Parts: sequence; structure tokens; C-alpha cells
Amino acid sequence: MTMASGTPGRLAVMRSGIGRLGVRPIALIGLGILLVVLVAAIAAPLIAPYDPDTYDALIRLSPPNPAHWFGTDQFGRDTLSRVIHSARMALLVGVGVVTFALATGVPIGVFSALFPRLGRVSMRAVDVLMAFPSLLLALGLIVILGPSVANSIIAIGAGFLTTTARIVYGLTLRLKTETYVEAARSMGSRTGWLVLKHILPNLVSPLLVQASFVFAFAQLSAASLDFLGLGAPPGIPSWGNMLAESRNFITRAPWLLFFPGMMIVLTAFALNLAGDALRDRLDPRFRGLFRGEG
Amino acid sequence: MVTGETILTVEGLRLHFDVRRGGRHLQVRAVDDVSLSLREREVLGIVGESGSGKTTVGRSIMRLAQPQAGRVVFRGRDVLRQGGEGLNDLRLRIRMVFQDPYASLNPRRSIGDSVAEAGDINGVFTGRADRQRRIAESLTNVGLDPSLAGRYPHELSGGQRQRVGIARAILPVPDVVIADEPVSALDVSIQAQVLNLLSDLRERLGLSMILISHDIGVIGHMSDRVAVMYMGRIVEFGEAREVIDRPSHPYTVALMAAVPKPDPSLRIAGTIAASEPPSQFDRPEGCAYAPRCPLANDRCRVEAPVLRPVGTQVVACHNALPG
Amino acid sequence: MFAVDNLTVSVGPQARPIDIVDRVSFSILRGEVLGLVGESGCGKSMTSLAAMGLLPKPGPRIRSGRVLLDGADVTRLEPWQRVEAGHDAMAMIFQEPMTSLNPVRRVGDQIVEAVRVREQISAAAAKERARELLELVRIPDAALQLSAYPHQLSGGMRQRVMIAIALATRPRVLIADEPTTALDVTVQFQILGLLRELCVRFDIAMLFITHDMGVIAQLADRVAVMYAGRIVETAAVKDLFAAPNHPYSRSLMACMPIRGAGTARLRTISGQAPQPGSMLAGCAFAARCPEARESCRSVAPAHLESAAGHEVLCSYPVTDGRPW
Repeated sequence: MTMASGTPGRLAVMRSGIGRLGVRPIALIGLGILLVVLVAAIAAPLIAPYDPDTYDALIRLSPPNPAHWFGTDQFGRDTLSRVIHSARMALLVGVGVVTFALATGVPIGVFSALFPRLGRVSMRAVDVLMAFPSLLLALGLIVILGPSVANSIIAIGAGFLTTTARIVYGLTLRLKTETYVEAARSMGSRTGWLVLKHILPNLVSPLLVQASFVFAFAQLSAASLDFLGLGAPPGIPSWGNMLAESRNFITRAPWLLFFPGMMIVLTAFALNLAGDALRDRLDPRFRGLFRGEG
Repeated sequence: MVTGETILTVEGLRLHFDVRRGGRHLQVRAVDDVSLSLREREVLGIVGESGSGKTTVGRSIMRLAQPQAGRVVFRGRDVLRQGGEGLNDLRLRIRMVFQDPYASLNPRRSIGDSVAEAGDINGVFTGRADRQRRIAESLTNVGLDPSLAGRYPHELSGGQRQRVGIARAILPVPDVVIADEPVSALDVSIQAQVLNLLSDLRERLGLSMILISHDIGVIGHMSDRVAVMYMGRIVEFGEAREVIDRPSHPYTVALMAAVPKPDPSLRIAGTIAASEPPSQFDRPEGCAYAPRCPLANDRCRVEAPVLRPVGTQVVACHNALPG
Repeated sequence: MFAVDNLTVSVGPQARPIDIVDRVSFSILRGEVLGLVGESGCGKSMTSLAAMGLLPKPGPRIRSGRVLLDGADVTRLEPWQRVEAGHDAMAMIFQEPMTSLNPVRRVGDQIVEAVRVREQISAAAAKERARELLELVRIPDAALQLSAYPHQLSGGMRQRVMIAIALATRPRVLIADEPTTALDVTVQFQILGLLRELCVRFDIAMLFITHDMGVIAQLADRVAVMYAGRIVETAAVKDLFAAPNHPYSRSLMACMPIRGAGTARLRTISGQAPQPGSMLAGCAFAARCPEARESCRSVAPAHLESAAGHEVLCSYPVTDGRPW
């Protein structure tokens, strides 16, 4: 076997993973879309042609035209500007839900696997939570906690903490039987060391993939909540509450439905593509890392 | 070379575990009343086929498996009953080299981090410079270039990874190394390199070794004394050359005869000790080897033999004669 | 007679193929055992898959050379095509019987399936034949074991079942790829004895692949030593052990920890085998060869053959007699 002349160092795996993300054209499209959304979220006030809250009764319900590319809504507000500003909400919710799901799901999964007696109880609790359809669960939690952006993050996140916990539980169960973990135990390592140095680093790549999927589906859940008026307050634009408000105007002003709806679909799609690409890049590279031939 | 002073003894080790097969609760006696001793600077070989319990003995000494009974005494202290500071100290003095070079290193950690792990866990290093230096020293000791410390396992070959596993086991330098099938996963030419390395390290670092293997060639080459295990018990124990060239226990005789010799003029016709080892759940009463043994008589089927001197070794057989 | 003639198996793009098996040739007579020995990565498994017509698609492909069954060229034919064309059967047994046997089907059914590939007989007759085959491979209580599942059998028994399945098609050629490597020594001994007996009894040409020189000495009539995709030496087994000519064969035999060697240091082969495709002109072993001359790195090694059928791929073979 030869020694590869690749760059050594901690980030070697990550760097080559990300650097090669864009090789497949379909992944590039996904990345492109995400980049647009990100820019929109950050620079919304700069890019948006109009203020999203400016009412103008004279131009209400105008179809897409040179002055308003995405048309206007029943209050005369520019749809394009509202779509751009909504990107903030999308990112906020996405990042929030992923953070919540990881922060709760990972510890539950890891400790359930490392301490079987605890695990028997906690994983059954997770099973119970999983029995609820995620939207119902989110609705239920919002009703208890009260509608707000923060609470909707928790409500949506609760659904994803279950899948995250299960994935982490399964992975940790396998990881704890790995020979290098045994070797560490034989040298006197405690649970903390094992978790920090051996379990978590090997969870990074599957969790990254999980994160991208959660981000995508969080958008859909958030849109549903907003649609029902239980998520972001109506004052703040989000694709979900734009959809909600367009209900009464579907036949007269279909563009009010189309553009925010399209953004939800596109964002979820782009995130799925990115997640696929990440998984393809990080995992087989891992599996292909010299096993067998001696 | 071998000073004769015993540094590690295993006394009456017993480990069984319970399984459920087809609705019944069965007990597998993986290690059944095993006792051995390791002298300073000695290589003690433990040889056996699958199910013999040899790996479990090694793991029990390392406390990776919990025996139900028995003692493991190292320099006056019972390894199995230590806790706290005493245990940490023992963990540094008795180390293990694992079989699978591909599985024994965390693919996400650099070679240097893996080699230094025992030191990191137990706070052995006085600072970064000290750590770097000692990693480099360990790698050099196993014949690897110190610059490999920054690499990752996937960049190394099987033989190199096994050397890293050894480098890990000797930082800081222990008293005892337990090598569990250290070369089984390697090609013949690489095996030779690693075996030579283990011999060198034993000389230079004054190590005592317990070498566990199913490969008689490896055991015979490296060991001073050999213990032969069958179904959880030691059936023969003595000087390596005696056990291998003049075996007394019928199982050892069969085992040595079955090893294919690289000499075509020594082809064996016919079969010896036909039939296979019984399942681990179906432990016969009396001597475990009796069902397959050409010397078995009624006493063997009822009374389990204990180790007794036969010729130059100790043998657990009622009917064995000096080889 | 089974022969492989200048077989080359490659991977990689068509324009720049990488040869993992390089112009390999050997022949095996009925009733003879040829041992193919080499370390991991030398291409011995790939050679056997190519000879069987079992190269995975997509994947490595036969770039040139022929596989001959009794003179007929079957190179491009997959196993089922060979059956259809009426050629004699070839069978293969692998190292891990647990993965070669279907874990959710009874052992008897799997043998019956193999029997019925070749013979149009009734299910009952096939089952009877399956029982006979189990007895042939010395499995006790054959009739009962027909209904066993693989996981209920020990490693040695599973391997015997594999052999029974292989024999079900009445093969003329049997390729065994490290069939005893995963077995205990005492079990290995019995399986080797069984294989030898079956080859003689049924006049089967057997290609036995292994890395264990001891097994070769016990089983093979002739031996081919493989290194970096090439066969570097072929000889009758006694000749090879008495006087190996190729420096690699000599080095390989010298590094075995022979039981009686005591505590002397083992001879080793420095360096590592070259990666396929990284070899330039000249001999693949030159970089590690204790006998290498300057020209060995640039000039391809000569293929020499002695009157006694001892072949060697080396420009300067060692002929001075006993190696150790």
C-alpha cells in the first residue's frame, strides 16, 4: 500500500469534502439556490425594491409587471419584496430547528446508547413522541406554549429531535463496539473522553446530512404553521403566512400563491440536493478509505 | 533473557455468559478455571482454536471483560479488584495490541493522537513539546517515520497501521504487552516484519508479553512458554519447544499434526481426530475433549482432568504420556 | 484440461487501462491440483473470477487472453452461457461460506437448486442427490441436515455444504479461493483431505488459491507463485520447495515463522508490493529484490522454462540449490 501524498491535518477530510461538493451539476443547482436565499436573507433591505409593509391601495392586486415583478397583494404590498424578506424567517426557523434538534437529539441518543438502563427508558419516551404525526405534535406544543417564533422553533424541533435521537442511538451503539473504542477503554478512558474524542467526531458526517434534511423539512412545517396562523405573527412576512393570506385570492391573483409556494418548494428541493451531495461526498469517501487489501 | 521472576499470575479465572438459544437459557463457559503465570521478560504464548477462550483470557486481564471468579495478580496487586488511582496506574503498565489494524485506529483521529491516547487520558505528558517528542520516539521505535504523526489511518498500509497500534501500546512504556493475534490480519511478509519488531521491542524495552494466536508457527517462533487452550481450559502448558515438538495432551498432538507443514514430503494421508469441536453450548461432562479423543475412557467422560506434570510440561489429561 | 492463456484483466479507462492481472498463463490437467499462491493484492482472486466468467459488471474486464476448457475458448462466456453451450461445468468455492450461502434458505434447497441447473430431474430425485452429496462431503446425519439452515452449522460444516453445492453440477474444474483460511487448523486439515480425495475420485482439475505455503505443500501437485499481477514462478510442488528459483518465491518461503525455527529473527522482504498501474518497465519485484541488477528495473524479465516444466519470470533466477 502506498502512502497518499495528500494534505495531512484535521481538516483534510472536511476540506476535501466541501471542495468536491460542486462536482455534480445537480448539486451546483441546489447550492446556487441556497446561495440566493442566503443573500436575500442577509441583504433583504438592500435588495428588495420596496419596503415590504408599504401599503398602496391604488396598485392592489396587480399582476406581475415591470414595476412589480411578482405583482402586488390585496394591500398593494410588493410581493417580490415580501418574498425576499421572508427569506430571513426561513433561515431563522431552519437554523433554529436544526440547532434544537441536534442539541436535544444528540445527547439523548448518545447517552441512551452508552447507558443501556437509561436508554431503555429514554428511547421508549422518544418512541412515544414519534407516534404523533409531526404536524399534530407541533400544533399541540404551540397551543401549550403560545404562538411565537421561538415557540414554533421548539414545536417543530420536537418532531425532528426524535429522528435525530434514533439515528444517533443506532450509530452510537455500533460505534461503541468498534475496536478503537475498546482500545481507548483499555487505556483507562472514561465516558466523557470516549464521547468527545471517539463518538462525536464519527457522528459529524451523518449529522451534517441529517441537518440538511431537517432544515428542508423545517421549512415545510413552518410554512404549515404559518399558514394556520400559529407560527410567525402576521406582521412579519414569511412564505407560509403569505400563502395563508393568498387563500382568498387564488382565482383573482394566483401570483400571490405561486411565488411564495415556489420558494418553499425550491428551498426544500435545494436543501435535499445539498444533503444528497454531502452524503455522497462524505460517506463513500469514508467507506472507500482503504479497507481490505493489505 | 528470561529472569525467572513472575510478574503476573492468573488464578482460577472463570468467565461465563448467558445466552438464549431457541427459547432456552444456556451458559457458555468461555473461560473455565484458567491459571497461568508470566515471568519477567518472557513471551507466554496462548494458542487455541476458535472457542478456546484465549482471547477472553486476554480481555479479562485488560478488564475489557468481567470474569465471575478468579484473580489476576500483577506485582502484588489484584488487577480485577483495583479502582481509582491504582487502576489508572495498572492501565499504563499492562497494554494491549489488537488484531485488526483497520479497526483498531479511529479513522477520524491523526496517527499522533492515536499513539498518544494513553498518555492524554492519564495526564502523562508535561506539555505539548514533551508530547510531540514522545510520539516521535514511539513511532521511531516501531520503525515508522515520525512525520506520520500528522497523517490519518487511511493513508497507511495494514502493516504500518499495526505498527501504529504497537506504538500506541508502548507509550508510555509498559511492563506487560498483551498481543491478541497481532499478525493474523497481515500478509506473510509483513507478518515477519511485525514479529521481528515485537522481538526487538521486547529486548530493548524489557517487555514481558502474552501472545495470543491460533497460528502455531507464530507462537512457536516467539514464545518461551506455551499454554494450549481447548474449550475454556488449559490442556497443556510448558516450554514452547517441548509443547510444540513433543506434545503430550491428545488435543495438542492433534493440533500440531494438523498444521500444514511447508514440506511436500511430509504429506499426511488419512485423517486424524476426525469430527469437529462440539458446540459451545453442549459442554460434555468430564473432559471437554473426550468425545474426540482416541485415548478416552469412561473415567474421562465423568471426571474432568486437572493439570498435572507429565514429562517436562503440565497436562490436563488422565491418560497422557510424555510426548 | 483447464487452461488460462495470457490472461490480462484491467480496470480504469479504456484509453489508459491499469492491469491488475498481467498475462497470466497456466494449465491444469484432470485430477491435478494447481496451487496459486501470493499475498493479498497480487491478483489471484481476480484471476479466478475472470476464469470463471464472474467478473462484476461494471468493473474489471478481460482485456486480452483466453480461458480454455478442453481446448474450447470460453473467455467471453458467462457461467450460464457456458452451461447452455454444453461445456463442462466449472464450480467455485469461496472463503466465507456464511456469505456464499443464503442464510434464509435451507441447505438442502440450495444444493437442489445447484443440481437442477444441469439436470432436468424431479424435485424428489434432486433431493435424493442432495442427500448423496452431503454424505459425499462427510456430513453426519445427511438426511437430517438437508433441512438445516446455514447458521445452525459450524464453519467447517458450512464449507462442506459449499463443496457439496460445487459438486452438484458434476464439474470438471473446481476453483477454490482460500476456502480454509477462515477455518480452525484441525478443521482445515479435514477439508483439505476431503478436497484432495474428491479431485482424485472425480477427476477434477482444481485451482486452489491460498497465501499459506503450508497448505500448498500439503495439497498441490504444482504451484504457481503470483506477484503484482504476474505469475513469477511455476513448478512441481517438490521442485518449488526444494529449489525455488525466483527471488520472490525464495523470500516468501524464508519469512514463514516455521515451527522449528526457534527465536532467530525472521527474514523479511523490505518495502511493499507496487500498486497496480504504478509499475514502469522492468521487473515488478526489482525494487525489493535482494538479487536485483541494474537492468532489472528497466528491462522486462525473461520468461525461462526448464526441461522439467519449471518456469520462472526472472532474468537472473537463483539456481544454487537449497534456499534455507
